[in-house]
Amino acid sequence: MQTHFSLAQLADPHIADAEQVLRACVHCGFCTATCPTYVLLGDELDSPRGRIYLIKDMLENDRPATPEVVKHIDRCLSCLSCMTTCPSGVHYMHLIDTARAHVETTYERPRMDRLMRALLAAVLPHRGRFRLALAGAALARPFAGLFDGVPALRPLAAMLRLAPSRPKLPSATEGVGRFLAEGPRRARVALLDGCAQPALRPEIDEATIRLLTRIGVEVVRPAGAGCCGSLTHHMGKEELALANARANVDAWWRAMEDEGLDAILVNTSGCGTTIKDYGHMLRLEPAYAEKAARVSALAKDISEFLVERELPAPVIPAGLRVAYHAACSLQHGQKVRTAPKELLAKAGFTVLEPAEGHLCCGSAGTYNILQPEIATRLRARKVANIERTDPQVIATGNIGCMTQIGSGTAIPAVHTVELLDWATGGPQPAGLHLPAAAA
Amino acid sequence: MSGNATSGIVMPEPNADVIARRAEIVAAMRAIVPGEGVIDAVNEMRPFETDGLTAYKQLPLAVVLPSTTEQVSRILAYCHRNGIRVVPRGAGTGLSGGALPLADAILLGMGKFNRILDIDFDNRTVTAQPGVTNLGITTAVAHAGFYYAPDPSSQIACTIGGNVAENSGGVHCLKYGLTTNNVMGVELVLITGEVMRIGGKHLDSGGLDLLGILVGSEGLLGVVTEVTVRILKKPETARAVLVGFPSSEAAGECVARIIGAGIIPGGMEMMDRLAIHAAEAFVKVGYPLDVEALLIVELDGPEAEVHHLIERVAQIASELGCITLRASNSEEERAAFWAGRKAAFPAVGRISPDYLCMDGTIPRKALPLVLARMEELARQHGLQCANVFHAGDGNLHPLILYDASKPGELEAAERFGADILLLCVEVGGVLTGEHGVGIEKRDLMPSMFDETDLAHQQRLKCAFDPDSLLNPGKVFPQLHRCAELGRMHVSRGQLPFPNIPRF
Ligand SMILES: Cc1cc2nc3c(=O)[nH]c(=O)nc-3n(C[C@H](O)[C@H](O)[C@H](O)COP(=O)(O)OP(=O)(O)OC[C@H]3O[C@@H](n4cnc5c(N)ncnc54)[C@H](O)[C@@H]3O)c2cc1C
Ligand code: SF4
Ligand code: SF4
Repeated sequence: MQTHFSLAQLADPHIADAEQVLRACVHCGFCTATCPTYVLLGDELDSPRGRIYLIKDMLENDRPATPEVVKHIDRCLSCLSCMTTCPSGVHYMHLIDTARAHVETTYERPRMDRLMRALLAAVLPHRGRFRLALAGAALARPFAGLFDGVPALRPLAAMLRLAPSRPKLPSATEGVGRFLAEGPRRARVALLDGCAQPALRPEIDEATIRLLTRIGVEVVRPAGAGCCGSLTHHMGKEELALANARANVDAWWRAMEDEGLDAILVNTSGCGTTIKDYGHMLRLEPAYAEKAARVSALAKDISEFLVERELPAPVIPAGLRVAYHAACSLQHGQKVRTAPKELLAKAGFTVLEPAEGHLCCGSAGTYNILQPEIATRLRARKVANIERTDPQVIATGNIGCMTQIGSGTAIPAVHTVELLDWATGGPQPAGLHLPAAAA
Repeated sequence: MSGNATSGIVMPEPNADVIARRAEIVAAMRAIVPGEGVIDAVNEMRPFETDGLTAYKQLPLAVVLPSTTEQVSRILAYCHRNGIRVVPRGAGTGLSGGALPLADAILLGMGKFNRILDIDFDNRTVTAQPGVTNLGITTAVAHAGFYYAPDPSSQIACTIGGNVAENSGGVHCLKYGLTTNNVMGVELVLITGEVMRIGGKHLDSGGLDLLGILVGSEGLLGVVTEVTVRILKKPETARAVLVGFPSSEAAGECVARIIGAGIIPGGMEMMDRLAIHAAEAFVKVGYPLDVEALLIVELDGPEAEVHHLIERVAQIASELGCITLRASNSEEERAAFWAGRKAAFPAVGRISPDYLCMDGTIPRKALPLVLARMEELARQHGLQCANVFHAGDGNLHPLILYDASKPGELEAAERFGADILLLCVEVGGVLTGEHGVGIEKRDLMPSMFDETDLAHQQRLKCAFDPDSLLNPGKVFPQLHRCAELGRMHVSRGQLPFPNIPRF
């Protein structure tokens, strides 16, 4: 598409990048059809092509974000379904990231919205604070209905409903820096520490570590690594996000220098997409650009890593019906589509693929808190499609999806790696109640 | 010339009186369509200023997104009473500018009409709202082994309402017909607000065959609010064969011989080197990259027949010196072979920021000649051209690659395009294929139809829309008040560009 940027504007590397993305778009409209918000709302402004155009117009004219533009940018899930669909290779993710940063710096949000975002940015990325908040939420949960009446407070209600009714205790694996491989060491990996996931479902890391060490992989968690930064990144809070990214690059770099790393593994695919983009996010910082690119190249989703390895033969009866829910960050963000299904099938599960698998469940980081209406409609659609396959359990690779889908159905939702661990000798995933015949 | 359309297409003079009443009109629209369905902020209207033909842009008076037939009816009745123009829009994938807004017109977006209303396997029909995508219809019936045959390459996104308006074709139209051969009925709202039904679930509903008139009418006769289409049982077997050739001429010859041998493939498509490389970069299905032309030939029917036909095609192809030949071995592989072809236009966006997609039809036997001449023209105009065509029916889609940011390139591309279309006429072809006339080929109409033809076509338009409020400025080169039609003169001499066809 033709763009109209002045040379002065193009001197800003963010604008120069955005211009490259915009030029690649030929306005064919293919992406509209697979965008969850367009499918629901039928308004081009809530479609990728519409957002691209809104952003183009805003950036070209160097205009502060207007409330209308912000509305449509905020409604974007960053699910990146549009990138999977786009034949022209438009890098929508980088464009929307730039737009979000532009919104953050040029637009004054209404007070409640601002407070809510500040709260989320202050709490979510810090595991300790997040645990406290969860404990508080468990107490406040019965009052969620009170907040529904006030539009500005609906995000609070949504947040309370998503919080588990009983807070989880920290796992024994937390705070441990190194887990030795069982038998000879075949590989050494770093595992992302994460922020929200260990507080919401510590079993995921436990299963991951058990499974990896069982197949001869040493797992390290170098001190200093923590939240990947994606939550704040998607809110346009660039400085916070970049600080997280730098801290992780530093920590993993030390581990790479020290005994070497074969991979940096991520079992929360939402984080994986961001870590794989560190190279881009830190490209303008000479001290970090190269290291970040190396880190991004080493980053892998747990399923990508496992699918290339021999796993022990399954020790549980085959045939459990598993609906595989592809997290957007995995299928669209990282283009990892077949590995989880292949792994589950090899481990003896019957893998079911719900219709409309490309559509987001509405979780999308903090989306289900900030955009509860759209998120709830997407969840209903997702759950209906999943339930139609009549599964015994839902497997997915992202804690956000587990929480979101789990809050809309009685069918247990677990992480793919929990099922793989169970099949190869680990404990049965928590929450999985199976009829005697199936187990 | 109004607003900011970028090239030399003359649009109807905007009605200043209507523009002056904008606030009042917007309020009236809000009373009919509540909530977010009326868009009047300039920065929110901006994304609607163009469609799949991005060379032309124009902001509308306001955008209205209704979601019920009743709303459409009330909107049109209001516009009719108040003399306000209306431009219907589906998914905005059109390549001839059919949904280009007018400064004094409501842009009526049908995107919220996105539900399937009825699936009737006994009668083999699907009834859908017009904003349902073409592919959405097939997806809704695929579980039972059915599909909707016309498959424009844009099928993932284009709407069935847009297909009806453009009489769209697709790679499988060679054997299964265009939209017009597969639509059984529509619900239509006239500019007066009256709702009428044409056709239905059965083949012949008696009375005048208005359906045939409506399909392909490009939003000039009414707004389609419901469509009933015929669905087909999937063929027992369908396999696609990829055949690579060292020259476009050989590929063209192969097409001619396949048809000459009495074989009717389910689809037969051709791409040249540039298109192959762009498409492969997106789909990664293993298109051969060392060939000058690639044919995709699909054969369908009973298994034994398909097997036999593949052998015959293989024999013809090898006689003509094909370099590669590969048949699909699974449904996924067949779909993947097509996925690249269907994404070919936008995939070209990987190598060029802008393209003009031409649409012309030539006698099949002229294909090798036209291809050779087109290469010459590309050199002459200093622009690259990627070629994608529905080889089976001689419908060419040369994509002229240009960069709108470079001064003069759009104009050079337009000149190149005009030469291509002239070439089509020279070899006995016609200037349209399947993308409709819109504004792109509007000013060429007089070179295809004589005065009498055009006058009668416009009389038909007058029967539906005497005040010319629905999508004016599209399809017909000059606006005439209906009363004047008897005295109309449309002659080449009066057109702004007598010799060079505009597009
Ligand atoms: C990459 C690409 C590939 C394509 N490939 C093909 C192809 O293979 N074959 C082909 O035939 N076309 C093709 N097209 C062109 C285009 O997709 C078709 O013309 C399609 O039918 C347009 O549908 P739409 O919903 O996008 O309509 P729009 O572009 O929004 O509108 C097209 C016309 O239909 C009218 N219209 C839309 N909806 C209604 C309604 N409900 N009632 C009345 N009028 C209405 C509009 O006023 C306009 O005149 C392609 C386009 C692209 C971008
Ligand atoms: S990221 Fe998802 S929600 Fe956002 S525009 Fe793309 S498809 Fe739509
Ligand atoms: S699919 Fe790609 S090229 Fe087409 S409109 Fe969407 S982003 Fe632009």
